[in-house]
Formats: sequence, C-alpha cells, structure tokens
Amino acid sequence: MTAINYSILALILLAPLAGALAVSLAPDRAKLPNWIALATTLVTFLLTLHLPAHFAAGQSGFQFEVNQPWIENPAIFYHVGIDGLSLWLVVLVGLLAPIGVVASWNAIESRRKVFYSLFLVQQTAMFGVFVSLDLILYYAFWELSLLPMAVLIAMYGRKNGPRAALKFFLFTFIPSAPLLVAILWLYTQTRTFNFVELQSQIAVLPAGALFWVALAFLFAFAVKVPVFPLHGWLADTYNEAPVALAMVVAGKLGLYSMLRFHIGLFPVQARQIAPLLIALAVIGILYGACLALVQRDFWRLLAYAALSHLSLIVLGIYGFTFTGWTGAIYQILSHGIIDGALFLLLGAIELRYGSSQIPDYGGLASKLPRAATYFVLATLGMIGLPLLSGFVGEFLIFSSTFTEVSRGWAIAAAVGVILGAAYMLWLVQRLFHGPESALVATKPPVDLYRGELAALTPLLLLMLFMGVSPALWLNQIQSGVHLDAQPKPAVNSPAIPQPRIVFVSPDNAPAPIQSPREVQR
Amino acid sequence: MNQVPDIFRILPEVVLTLTGVVIMLIDASLPTSWPRRPLGWVAAIGSTAAIWTSLWQLSLPQGTGFYSTVETSAFTVFFHVLICGIVLVVLLLSLDTLPAQSHHQGEFYALIVFGAVGMCLMTSAVELLLVFIALEISSISTYILTGYRKQTAKGPEAAIKYFLLGSFATAFFLYGIALVFGATGTTQIYALAHLIPTAQNQGFVLAALALMLVGVLFKVSAAPFHVWTPDVYEGAPLPVVALLSTAPKAAAFALLLRVVYEIFPNLHTLWTPLLWIVAILSMTVGNFAALRQKNVKRMLAYSSIAHAGYLIAAFAGVGANGIAAASFYTVAYAAMNAGVFAVIALVAGYDEQLSVIEDFRGLLYRSPLSGSLLILFLISLVGIPFTGGFFGKFYAFSTAMDGGAIALVIIGLLNSGLAAAYYLRFALASVQRPAENNQPAAPKPAFGAAVIAALFLAAAATLVLGIAPGATLGAAQSAAHTLQAPPVETTQPAIPLQSHQ
Repeated sequence: MTAINYSILALILLAPLAGALAVSLAPDRAKLPNWIALATTLVTFLLTLHLPAHFAAGQSGFQFEVNQPWIENPAIFYHVGIDGLSLWLVVLVGLLAPIGVVASWNAIESRRKVFYSLFLVQQTAMFGVFVSLDLILYYAFWELSLLPMAVLIAMYGRKNGPRAALKFFLFTFIPSAPLLVAILWLYTQTRTFNFVELQSQIAVLPAGALFWVALAFLFAFAVKVPVFPLHGWLADTYNEAPVALAMVVAGKLGLYSMLRFHIGLFPVQARQIAPLLIALAVIGILYGACLALVQRDFWRLLAYAALSHLSLIVLGIYGFTFTGWTGAIYQILSHGIIDGALFLLLGAIELRYGSSQIPDYGGLASKLPRAATYFVLATLGMIGLPLLSGFVGEFLIFSSTFTEVSRGWAIAAAVGVILGAAYMLWLVQRLFHGPESALVATKPPVDLYRGELAALTPLLLLMLFMGVSPALWLNQIQSGVHLDAQPKPAVNSPAIPQPRIVFVSPDNAPAPIQSPREVQR
Repeated sequence: MNQVPDIFRILPEVVLTLTGVVIMLIDASLPTSWPRRPLGWVAAIGSTAAIWTSLWQLSLPQGTGFYSTVETSAFTVFFHVLICGIVLVVLLLSLDTLPAQSHHQGEFYALIVFGAVGMCLMTSAVELLLVFIALEISSISTYILTGYRKQTAKGPEAAIKYFLLGSFATAFFLYGIALVFGATGTTQIYALAHLIPTAQNQGFVLAALALMLVGVLFKVSAAPFHVWTPDVYEGAPLPVVALLSTAPKAAAFALLLRVVYEIFPNLHTLWTPLLWIVAILSMTVGNFAALRQKNVKRMLAYSSIAHAGYLIAAFAGVGANGIAAASFYTVAYAAMNAGVFAVIALVAGYDEQLSVIEDFRGLLYRSPLSGSLLILFLISLVGIPFTGGFFGKFYAFSTAMDGGAIALVIIGLLNSGLAAAYYLRFALASVQRPAENNQPAAPKPAFGAAVIAALFLAAAATLVLGIAPGATLGAAQSAAHTLQAPPVETTQPAIPLQSHQ
C-alpha cells in the first residue's frame, strides 16, 4: 500500500497522458477515440478515488508526498503532494473528465483524435496544477493548461474560434510573465522553489519587494479566476469553448492558486490587499449578476453568472476566516459540479436546436421533459437552495463575511444572490415555459438520451448529497485550512461557523500566521 | 607540454573541408545529366562524421594547437556539435525539398559544408585573425547560398543586401582587431586578456570593444543591427533560412561569449549595460515588428531578432551561469527554429506557394503530422513548458535575475507574452478549418525519408530539452567553465604563445 501511496499522484498525472498517446496512435474509426478516452478518464477517476480513501483527515501537512530531483541547477524538483485543499479538487477534475467525454460523444464529430488527445493532456495539466508543490513544476503545468484549451477553442469555436482562443491564451499568458519574474526573484533570495520551504523562509525577506512579488502572484491568479475588472476573456471563452472543456476548466485553477500560493505564501501581503479584493469581489458579484440579467445568449449568461459566483468565492477567500475558507473550497467544488451540469444541459439543447439565443426558445418543457427537470434541479442548486450543495458554501461564506468581515459587504453581496435567483429562474422561464417558439416547434423533439442522462445523473446526485451531508467533505477540507494555533483542527460540527477565528484585526496578524507553517514543517 | 598532434585540434574542420572538396570534385567530374542528390548524402555523412570527431575531441586534454591559434575544450566541442547538428538537419531537409532539377546542386551542398567549416572554426579559434578568416569563410558561403534562387527577383536582391551589409559589419570587426593590436601588440585571445587591462592606450581598447561588438551583433541580428534580417530571410530558399537563422548565429554567439568574457572581462561594467540595451531593443523591436507581419518568413525573421534579445539577456548573468544559460539557449533556439523552418519548407515547397499566414489555414487537416509539428515548434518558440524554448528562456532570465537585472527580466518576460500573440496566431491558423473556396491550391506535403529524419531530430531535441534538460545544461556548464577558466588569473595560456614565437 505504501508503494501505491507513493506513486498514486504520478499515476494520476501519467494516466491521461498515456490515454492521449493511445488516442493519437489509434485509428480514427467508429468512435474508437471516444471509447479510449472514456476508459482512460474512468480509470483516472478511480485512481483519484484512492486519495480520499487513504487520506488521513486531521493530519497536517501534505500527504502522498513525493519529492524527487528533476533538474539539478537550478534546483527544480518533481515535488507533488496533496492536502485538504487540493484533495477534493483532484477528485472533482477526475469526476468531470469522463462526464466531459460523454458530453462530447455526439457533439464532437470531426477530428476526434485531436479533440480527445488534447482533452486528456488538459486533464494532466489540471491535475498537475493541483498537486505541484514546486513552483516551477506548478508554473509548467499552469502554462501547459492553456494550450489544449486554446487549440480546441480555435478548432471547435462556434463563430469566432481563433479570436477567442487567442484572447483566452494571452489573457492568462501575459500575466504569467510577472508571475515567473516573481518566482525567479524568490529563488534568487531563497535558492529554493519548494513551496513548503518557501513558506518558512518568506517572512525574513524584505517586505517592500515582497509586496510586489505577492502582487504579481495575485495578478496572475485574479485574471484566471477572473476577478472583476480582469474578466474580459470569460464571456468569449464560455461562448466558444467546447462544452467538455469549459466545464472542466471553469474557475477552479485560479481560486485554488489564490488559496495555495497567494494566501499560503504571502499571508501578510494578502491581508494587506484583502480589503481591495473584497470590494472587487462584491462588485464582481453584482456586476456579473446584472450583466447576466440582460444577456440574450445563454452561454454569455452562464459566463456572467460564473463571474458572479466565482466572485462570491473570492469574497470567502479574502475574508481571512476559517469558515470563509472552508466555505470557499466547498463552493469551488459545488460550483464545479453545478456549472458542469448546466453546461451539459445547455450544450445538449444547443446541439438539438442549433442556437444559443434565448429568444429563439420557449415552451421546451413539454417537448423535453427530462431536460427540463434536470435543468430546474441544477438551477435550484445554482441559486443556493438549502439541501443542495450550493447552499452550504454560500452559507458559510455569507456567515463569515457578515459576522467577521463586514456587514455592509455581506448585505451587498446578498443582493447579488437575489439577482442570481432572478436571472436563473428567468432563464428557466424563457427556455422551458411560455408559448412554443418557432424554432422549438419546427425541430423534432429529442429528449435527453441515455449517455447524457448517465453524465448528468451523477452530478445532480452529488449536488444533492453534498447538500445533505456536507460533514463528509468538510472534515478533510478543514484539515488543509487550519489557521489557528491549535494543532488539532476541531471540526465536530462543521456546518456551524467556528467561533474562534483568528484574524480580526491586522494587529495580531503575525502571531497566528507562524503556526500553520511550523506545523507543516 | 603540448603532446596532442596539432591536426587533432581541428579534426572536425578537416573532415568537413575534405567532404566539401570531395563533393566539389565529384560534382565537376559527373556528366551534367546525372542527378546530384547523392552528393547531399555525402555531405550529411560528412557532417555526422564531424559530430563524432568533435565528441572524440572531448577525450583530448584541453589546450591549443597550431601556435596557439585554435583550441579544443568543452566549449568548442559544445558548439561544434551544435553547428554540425544544425548542418545535418539542414542537409537532410534540403535533400527532400530542393527540386531535383535545380542547378548547381552539388555546389549547394558543398557551400553548406564549407560554411560549417567557417562556423566551427569561429568557435574554436583563439587568434583574432583566424577568427576573422573563419567569419569570412562562413559569411561568403552564406552570401552565395542566400542568392541560390537566381531566377527569382528577391533571391539576388537578398544576397546582395546581405553581402554589402555583411561585409560592412565584418570590416568593423576587422577594424576592431586592428585597434586591439595597436593597443597591445598581439591578437592572440589569451594574451590579449592579460595585456588589455594594462594597455597604454585605453581609448583604443574601448574603440576596439565597440567595433567588435558591432561586427558580432550584426551577425546575431540583434537590434539595432538587424535591418538585413527580414529581407534576407524572405529572399533565401527555406532550407537556407533554416541554416542562416541558427548555425551562423550559434557561431556568432560563441564568438560574442569569447569576446566579452575572454578578451574584455575587465570591462564588464561597460559592456554589460550595453548588452542590456541591445537585449531590450532586440526583444521589443523584434516582437512589435513581428506582430504586424503577414508573411511567415518575415514574421519569423523578426521573431529571431527577438530571440537574439532573450539570449543576450543571459549575458547579464554572472560568470559561468550566464555563459551556460546563453549556450543552452542557443541549442534550444536552434532546435525549434530549424524545426519550424523545416516544417514550412516541407509544406510551402521550394517555390513557396504558401507565404502568408492565411495560407497555412487548415494545415492540421491537410497533413496532421506537419500540422502538429508546426504547433510543437511554435509553442516552443512561445516558451510553453515541457519544450526546449521554456527552459531556454527560463535559464536566460533566471541568470539575468541572479545578476540583478530585474527590469530586464520583467521587460523580457512581458515581451515573450506579447510574442505569444503572433506565434499563436500562426499556430491557430493551422488548426482552423480550411476555407472552402481556395481548397485546391495547397498540395499535400510529401514526406521523404530524409525530411522525416530532419524533423524527427529537431522535434526530439525540442522535447528532450524541455523535459530532461539536465544533460545539455551540464554540457553547457562545463563549456562555460572552460571558457571562463583561463583568463582569470593563471598565466598558463600565455606560455605556449611565447614559446612558439
């Protein structure tokens, strides 16, 4: 078992690559690439399930850790490991991948070999980002994650693929230049790229320079999330990207990176800049919701809805509270699942009717009853109905913001949630109810078939399950997020906000920040 | 002290020269109707032999021969292998892309091999006059090769432009040699390293440094000495561009390393800021100009100017690390640039039916192999991880960061972000669905065994440098140490000079 534990992360990283190689070598005949991709992603998903099964909750530091030299000078290591923060994200990517393959089963008709091999490479890059603990390794996967996405957007874009692909690529690639500068600067100061070592050495570095270094990290991540004024790429990407990729990629990388590498490495600088991010997050929540209300294209609507929801997570992250972080991670997972389900459903509808314009639709409910049911369920999850997964994260974030950060911002953000209910329910009304539109009337009604149901059902079940019993997940999540000085993370009643949250005012900041580092060493 | 026969010190050059002479002789004695293609294989075998002999030179003790005019060391072997490797790839590429009926094919191969002799000698010569001769050998070969397509208007134009500007630049270099001789009374590089700090007339020394830099920076097409590049690339046949953009530059960078680190190490406070400015100018000018290009060759010409800038950024690094980073970058750049021109040569054909980016639309659909290779080389030029381009840039900028040049690093990396725009535009054009109307114009590229070997070599090098750069970096570091070691304090190298005289 130790051998498996030692090599499990390498296996998870290599399995999709091996699949990609197999797809590119196999002949493009009778759905063979689809089957290879499906088999690969299912195997990979099973491999990722090994992680929660053998994850020791309550143990601090990284688990399944491997640290092997890759390049001697400068000292770059193949250093991977996971903790409560990355554990479920890895599983989520593992879960979404086979669903993405099923979602593309009929949607992708041409160049299947290219599509599936790049899709699998993308998966490796995503896993790599979540498990890397060496900054250069992390950066390498971060950059690698751009490329399959850009190529596939260009190939399969709905109208203006190459333009959207270039926009997507440059929006992430150019901010990653300062990120690399910052990483190199850290190396010149500390002679290490090791995340854990850097955590312990960062406090002695000159504060003035650290401010800029932290800002460079934050900037790269904020574009990727995206945070309010940096969201220019989002709508085009959602509009043009193949469904399977958009659902796998959306949101997670940037938010994870913020938690791990911005707050994790630069707690003091992150706290300095937190008020700005809280303000931007609230603006993003409201702005995204308002724009979502007026979209005529449902992909753009989903994009601005995502901006709104991702901003809420940013709010949770930069409130600097235990509850907020737990909620944020939970919400990343939940948003990944619900957004994925909505992507699948809208993709299925667009595949049938060939339009993404909301006014073209109306009265779908009687034609596609199953799709309507699933869509309403996913919508309810999206707007945060209790007992569905969206509620837990939102509640944790709001309660921490309201009680410990700022009532004003919390109330403003809550307005965004109300708007969220408005645009989502209005979308349901316009698509599924009312009189049948000309488009809906002319095309033959084809309800969701088995493949699509097989992809959607697990997502919706998971959404329900995560809403009913969050404790299962929160235990392991919280072992990655403990802030306070006590070594044992107390998580008896996870859904209830923890009373002894550490950071209230900047004055007592340095003392508690020391502790997680020492524990992790 | 010097037990090694002198001839061993120049064995790769001898092998290449013999190959070239044999090709010329066979070419002259064969009836004109006979095909000349086999001569290309002779040249390829000759360059492979040159690689082997260079590697064999590693077993020799480091030292000089022929009255301290040529040197063998890890540094010279590093660049010999690189240059001969590039030449091999270019020869393999030419074998399948030159039309069978083209005139003077034997001369074409012979000139490539003679050019390689000059380039190799440039890296191993430690006597400035020999350096100059080597520079001329390589330049004259490339001038002729540039004008190889005589029937086109652009070919001879490019050749004449290159010839005039190139002669001008080498004259600068020669003038620099004259001044340095005037200041110190010698042109032997190790002797110079000792005499320059104590030279009577430091004005001569400074002028010599400036003039020599002009000559070398012209060869590497760094801004502001870059104006010839796009025109020359546009006029020259594609295999020649693959050569021009890599091998002479590698040799010139080796020469630049020698000039600044061996001849003028004491003036580093002077040349470091100069090179920073050149680096920043090259990157910025190259990238901004490339953004506006529609013609593929012109775009890549400007991109090569930008890459020269990234490479010179490594010179801001301190000592051996900077040299190693620059050497590594040369290799990575050579692999990906030779590769990208090889793909274009294969797809566009000798007469370049496809010349603008739009023509490459749908390449991935027409020919999946060449399309995916094109994307691989382009993303390596962008600097995406797990390709050689990433580690090239990474080492260059991390050593520059070590040298304290934060501003340079920031500008450089922002530039490389900007550069992604035009590389990616090209790469994404190839994945776009082909437009329906002009479908029949573009033929499917024909893969021959030689061109497949060339592409395989370039692609393998690009990937290996990106995934396991350790071995090449190690070689670059030992090369850097041999380059840096002699002039610092030991008086050893000066002795053979005096004893021979």
